Amino acid sequence: MRPFLYQRASDSNMAVQALGAPAAANNPLTKATAQPLAGGTTLIDLMKLDVMRPATIVDINPLARAWSAIEPGSDGLRLGALAKMSDVAAHAEIQRSYPVIADSLKLAASAQLRNMATLGGNVMQRTRCNYFRDVSYENCNKRNPGSGCAAMDGVNRMHAVLGTSDQCIATYPGDFAQALIALDATVEITGKAGTRTMPFAQLHKAPGDTPEIETTLQPGELISAFSISGRWPRSVYLKARDRQSYEFALSSAAIALDVQDGTIRNARVALGGVATVPWRAREAEALLKGQKFDEALGQRVAEAAFADARGRRHNSFKIALGKRVVARALQQAVTMEI
Amino acid sequence: MTAAAPEPKANMGQSVPRYDAAAKVTGRATYASDMPLDNPAYAFLVTSAIAKGRIDRFDLDDAGRVRGVIDIVTHENAPKLKESKLFSNGGYAGTTIQPLKSAEIAHDGQIIAVVIAESYEAAREAANRVKVSYTAAAPSASFDSRGTTMAAAKGQNAQFKEDPAVGDFAKAFETAEVKLTASYDTPTQHHNPMELFTTSCVWMGDNLVIYEGSQYVYGLKNGVAEQLGIEADKVRVVNPYVGGGFGSRGSMTPRTAIIAGIAKRLNRPIKLVPTRDQGFTIATYRAETRHEIKLGANRDGRLVALRHEGAEVSSRPDAYCVGGTKTTTRLYACPNVDSLVSIVRADRNTPGFMRSPPEVPYLFALESALDELAVKLDMDPIELRRINDTTNEPINGKPYTSRSLMACFDEAAKAFGWAQRSPQPKSMSDGDWLIGYGCAATCYPTQMAPSAARVRLQRDGRTRVEIAGHEIGTGAYTVIAQTAAERLGVPLEKVAVFIGDSDLPPAPVAGGSNSTASTCSAVMMVCDQIRQRLFKAVMPSDSLADKAKETVGISPAPSTQAARGDRSLDLDKAFDALGVGVVEEYGEWKPEGAPLDSFQAMHTGHVRLIGGHAMKDQIAYAFGAEFVEVRVNRFTHEIRCPRLVGAFAAGRIMNPRTARSQLMGGLIWGMSSALLEATEIDERNARYVNDNLADYLVPVNADVPGVEVIMLSEQDDHINLVGAKGLGELANVGTNAAVCNALYHATGQRIRKLPVRLENIEI
Ligand SMILES: Cc1cc2nc3c(=O)[nH]c(=O)nc-3n(C[C@H](O)[C@H](O)[C@H](O)COP(=O)(O)OP(=O)(O)OC[C@H]3O[C@@H](n4cnc5c(N)ncnc54)[C@H](O)[C@@H]3O)c2cc1C
Ligand code: SF4
Repeated sequence: MRPFLYQRASDSNMAVQALGAPAAANNPLTKATAQPLAGGTTLIDLMKLDVMRPATIVDINPLARAWSAIEPGSDGLRLGALAKMSDVAAHAEIQRSYPVIADSLKLAASAQLRNMATLGGNVMQRTRCNYFRDVSYENCNKRNPGSGCAAMDGVNRMHAVLGTSDQCIATYPGDFAQALIALDATVEITGKAGTRTMPFAQLHKAPGDTPEIETTLQPGELISAFSISGRWPRSVYLKARDRQSYEFALSSAAIALDVQDGTIRNARVALGGVATVPWRAREAEALLKGQKFDEALGQRVAEAAFADARGRRHNSFKIALGKRVVARALQQAVTMEI
Repeated sequence: MTAAAPEPKANMGQSVPRYDAAAKVTGRATYASDMPLDNPAYAFLVTSAIAKGRIDRFDLDDAGRVRGVIDIVTHENAPKLKESKLFSNGGYAGTTIQPLKSAEIAHDGQIIAVVIAESYEAAREAANRVKVSYTAAAPSASFDSRGTTMAAAKGQNAQFKEDPAVGDFAKAFETAEVKLTASYDTPTQHHNPMELFTTSCVWMGDNLVIYEGSQYVYGLKNGVAEQLGIEADKVRVVNPYVGGGFGSRGSMTPRTAIIAGIAKRLNRPIKLVPTRDQGFTIATYRAETRHEIKLGANRDGRLVALRHEGAEVSSRPDAYCVGGTKTTTRLYACPNVDSLVSIVRADRNTPGFMRSPPEVPYLFALESALDELAVKLDMDPIELRRINDTTNEPINGKPYTSRSLMACFDEAAKAFGWAQRSPQPKSMSDGDWLIGYGCAATCYPTQMAPSAARVRLQRDGRTRVEIAGHEIGTGAYTVIAQTAAERLGVPLEKVAVFIGDSDLPPAPVAGGSNSTASTCSAVMMVCDQIRQRLFKAVMPSDSLADKAKETVGISPAPSTQAARGDRSLDLDKAFDALGVGVVEEYGEWKPEGAPLDSFQAMHTGHVRLIGGHAMKDQIAYAFGAEFVEVRVNRFTHEIRCPRLVGAFAAGRIMNPRTARSQLMGGLIWGMSSALLEATEIDERNARYVNDNLADYLVPVNADVPGVEVIMLSEQDDHINLVGAKGLGELANVGTNAAVCNALYHATGQRIRKLPVRLENIEI
């Protein structure tokens, strides 16, 4: 860890000013000299590992009063970026109307982490790729653009099979983002020019040739809220992992369905643990629309979801696993009591 | 799971609460790096990013500019230290790879520089800014890597004396009615005790005090003195509490003498707190092993031939090896036995003891193979073990001092509900989950070592026990206090125990599960010396005193003078008769068969463990049986383990409460060593990859919802004064096999390579 300046943001204006200040060297965001601090469970961790070396930390927790809403309404849901994972997971109305959200949060990390961590920080969490997190490895395109990728032919059991590039195969590790992307969430962004919104699906960027650029956020911009329209009581989050708790997904599926008289009118399928970014399987969804569910359909959907998957030495199992997880999660969503 | 303390059965002590319970839960227990130091400087290690090669150059400009940096020590300016031999060759060291000696790099994460600064933060920052240029060579990572060498352990490791064999294995196997040949693999594992590998060194003139979590303060004291070239008397190691050891703190690591040397040069106390990932390479670990088992049996299940071949990885310079064939060749009756252990040298740090070093990997192989044989014979696996149960080990024909293996199987089977198992694989399920039941035997050698103790009794009954034992979380304080209270007949609350300090009378290494047997035997003997003096003072003749000392006032439970009524000794009278303020005795106890030099060795930090198969006319082991329920998800293939049940017999149980805790922790670890724990090695560069507690998986509470421990009554008068068999390393043995045996039952798939991950399940 290196010395840094700690600033407490008294309001959102001050926060974006402080974050935007040292503009020149500010590209990409992950290398920005000023970084916002929410729960700190990703940021401080990476600073201790010397992976992130911000000169300034802007503590945005004082904005919690304005930014930690949990507001389910008749036409949708609004979640403040500083709401704690644990509070959202435990919220009765979220559990009822958005089980996929409650479960994605409940099944993430540990109780201690969930009590500290915020929704905004959660979607911005960075990959667990061991080579990224260990600065003694030169070769990491995400950390050192152009240096190569140590994971490609290294130990890559946890790595992605979807959305990879020749530059980077790091998995996006979070759970909650799959629920957001499945439910077509919008993200509200507060910057110098005020607030703007965009589809959550546009927040993360696949690695391509620039794995160091992970989101479309600009320095000086903060996530202030997420919103979702409608209610999704028929939704599930299924997570397969090595141990029963406190463990990232090897493969997960966020499923949301609108079923009437046995016919699927609307379907959402998102995948976690297997892709470089929160992953929406739209081709798979298309197969479900207007259909009645049976096991064979579940199989076809699962196949479609992983049609483009590409495994490496240790992670090929995720393709077969991911398909079974999708099929099972669909089954659960179809049969769940609501 | 019930939290109530277990009720003692026959030949068990009381389930008194832990001596140090309040101190631990309130945070008052002081671990080595909690010790307040006067104006310390802080050390941070820089470790190598390559596993083989040499350092060409350091660029220290950037690091040196960090405010607060005092010194950066590399091989170019490191204090000169003497070498210490490997513990197995009569030295103290766990590795002979001495960092900071030259530019050579022998393994990943080798210490290559130590930054000293005014604060931990400055030291860490500067360490991050140290730039190193290497010339890297291609390292050999493990078994299958190019450039490794393999040779028989016998002849290269002084402690591995023989490959046990008897009869004519080849012929018997050839003609056996039923045969099995199978290979098994176990992974690299790291201890990861909660307490990091810290060390603090403080010089007072020519005297050095080391605060360091150690499982052997006398070994560390003598070893560091040897490396520094000073008298052992000038070194003191202090650690009233150790935050877990599991073997990782049994022998000296190179860090201690390095930090001591730098502290001397700077004339300032130095505190080193390495990181979790550095712990993977600056200490030892359990190396990966490979096994081939051949079993030949009659149709009725009787074994006629057994061969166990094992291979283990070690470092280039050191022939460390666990050689578990000494146990696996003796566990069951079999007239024709053969074995061979080999060591494969790779570019790795030297491995070392890890909780039940030989038994965990070697019994995985044997107990898995037995289950496979039971399947071939279409026989219940418990019955197969019953048929081959024995009172004498087959290699030399020596009798077991006591052996309750089958009693353990019967008790555990009953508690587990083994009778409800339908033997056919894949025949039990519950919704999404396939269910499997499996079992395996466990055993662990009963070992003892010479130990000294000093006990002081005051007129008011207050008692002080001093012994350089170790509280590694096992309950050492508690059982030592109980032993003194029982033997002297004073209330437990009046006993104060002082351990974890090399200025106290020597105790052996807290390893090989010998501590309770050794330290409590010494304490018991010294308490008897005190009793002897007291009784002599008040009895009219020596012979009456001798007689009284045998019978009077010895109570199995903590008791007060009053509770023993008129038969108790009047302390006031005895003290008056003796005319002294306190009665203090020092004594040295050694187990039967201990070598001649053992007391001398005890003082110079050399361990002389006696027991197990190496006793003269007998063989002593603790036994147990473990039962596991696994569940395999049909869809995700996730593997969970809702129930672990173990029954154990280990001679006298000194305290059922602390014993249960050991056995419970063992069962959990045993499950973990089958399903979770494995250090991943990047084959290309021989580096550990998942070197942190998020990625090196250990069980969380949700992984172990049901753990049941049963302790059987067992009396054994042939082992040591207190009649206790070590059980700290008993319960984590065999569990890995029980898990795989249960997985076979659940899925019909035999898995012979650990750890088992969901991707290994094919259903
Ligand atoms: C051992 C371990 C296990 C874990 N397991 C899981 C798991 O199973 N599933 C899972 O989903 N997660 C898991 N996590 C990750 C955890 O959920 C995240 O670390 C946490 O959600 C991050 O939130 P935070 O508020 O602490 O973020 P911080 O660490 O404060 O911030 C994270 C990043 O986001 C930026 N940031 C924070 N807030 C904002 C904002 N409002 N706008 C823009 N940028 C912002 C920060 O600058 C930083 O770069 C695990 C973490 C650990 C350490
Ligand atoms: S996968 Fe991505 S993050 Fe990991 S080493 Fe390769 S480039 Fe770096």
